Amino acid sequence: MGVPTAGRPAGRFARPTIKGMTDQAVRVRGLRKSYRDTIAVDGLDLDIPHGEVRALLGPNGAGKTTTVEILEGHRERDAGEVSVLGVDPGRGGLAWRREIGIVLQATADAGELTVAEIVRHVARYFPRSRGLDETLELVGLSEKRDSRVRKLSGGQRRRLDVGLGIVGRPRLLFLDEPTTGFDPVARRQFWSVVRGLEDTTILLTTHYLDEAEALADHVTVIAAGRVVAEGAPASLGERDVATVSWRDGAERTTDPAAVVARLTASYGGPVPGLSVTRPSLEDVYLDLIGGAR
Amino acid sequence: MTVVSLGAARAGIELRQFWRERDAVVFTFALPIVLLTLLGSLFSGVYEGSTVTSAQYLVPSMIAAGVASTTFVNLGIGIATDRDDGTLKRLRGLPMPPLAYLIGKVLLVVAVTVLEVVLIVGIGIVLFDLSLPSSPARWLTFAWVFGLGVVACGLLGVAAGALPRTARSAAAVLNLPYVVLGFISGIYYTPVGALPDWVIQLGSVFPLKWMAQGFRSAFLPDSILPQEVVPSWEHGRTALVLAAWCIGGLVLCLTTFRWSRRG
Repeated sequence: MGVPTAGRPAGRFARPTIKGMTDQAVRVRGLRKSYRDTIAVDGLDLDIPHGEVRALLGPNGAGKTTTVEILEGHRERDAGEVSVLGVDPGRGGLAWRREIGIVLQATADAGELTVAEIVRHVARYFPRSRGLDETLELVGLSEKRDSRVRKLSGGQRRRLDVGLGIVGRPRLLFLDEPTTGFDPVARRQFWSVVRGLEDTTILLTTHYLDEAEALADHVTVIAAGRVVAEGAPASLGERDVATVSWRDGAERTTDPAAVVARLTASYGGPVPGLSVTRPSLEDVYLDLIGGAR
Repeated sequence: MTVVSLGAARAGIELRQFWRERDAVVFTFALPIVLLTLLGSLFSGVYEGSTVTSAQYLVPSMIAAGVASTTFVNLGIGIATDRDDGTLKRLRGLPMPPLAYLIGKVLLVVAVTVLEVVLIVGIGIVLFDLSLPSSPARWLTFAWVFGLGVVACGLLGVAAGALPRTARSAAAVLNLPYVVLGFISGIYYTPVGALPDWVIQLGSVFPLKWMAQGFRSAFLPDSILPQEVVPSWEHGRTALVLAAWCIGGLVLCLTTFRWSRRG
């Protein structure tokens, strides 16, 4: 049984904008949320097209979790327009919930149940859920189906959370800091799980820039409740501009090969002290959030 | 999936979790049974003017304490734990009608409470020579006291589940009022009529005293009435107080229930 993508009444979700874009999975305009005297989200805009993996990056207290919780329908907003799969999350009913998968930050529930019991239970709520075997296979927990959840390692527990997030075949999946506390091997395993989820729109929040780079089609950096940059991981914040430096100078360019060729020609051979560097995503990120602080 | 079948599925999950969680079983299920066995064996003597032994007097009171434990304490700890460990947050993110959660808890409480009462009555019969209610009228009394008691204490447990900040503190927070009420309602200190006046007045505010009195009226002969606070079973008053706590408990639930942690 496949996910009926083609049969979906696209018109119902269509939200034509000035640019003529239609059918975003997530559309946010001017989102605001304050707690007492702290402003958590301060006029945030966000567009996520269907099928995209989007990473939401930002320092602690930037408003990531608040934003995600509003999109999940777990929190009310003060102002702004929010549409998630064409529905206002504040009024999303059960039909809307069936289209959405949520992987919360660090969970500790269902400790006394077995992996199979909790996966089967969660599957019941969805009309076209994945089978138990398929779900466990996807998250690499087939061997653990009869283990008590509390006996799983941190990485296994997290993969179970993802399993519970995807067992209902959601069109949109929220992953909130999914790999915090993982060892490198567990993270790689987790990434391959996420990569295997084709046709699913994913909103991922993370502190790990390599994770965003490995998984996301698009990155949105937020700081102090606003979007400070948006783009593909490879080109975010002028990351596509390389610096060519050599003994006698330096030059910033989008085409370092051409610069090197020119230099080679002018030196008539090897360029002394030549190096070509690009800022890492981390450099760019620290720059971006530093500017907003 | 209908609400009812999802509620039944929740009940299956709740029951499995309850029995596998040793702390819960010890605190809310075994404690009243152990206390009855101990106290019943320690107490001796027959009340003047009746054939009722101290241990027999204790049994119906312990049924009330058992019901309060498997409803009030059990639900209070269960809901505080569900909130703290993320169960409620996960469920809220699923296409689950909230009623299914409630049905699951109700079925859990009813199943565990019925088993608790059966065991306490069984111990009463085997160890202390207790007789079952002697007439249909007394069974009817037992039934309505049980029904009102379960509903009142259950609703109060759901409301009290909002109090503990963490799952760890839940057992302590719920057991303190439970144990105090046990004493001021004349459960552990028998007979109830021997308590000081001010304690009786305080205890009479809460449902446990009335539930215990109602169960005694179902199991014990009227010859024990001189040991009560007033020489009457006060059925009208019992029904009134328990019903009032059902309504009060419902109002408290609706005003205090939270899906997420404080802060």
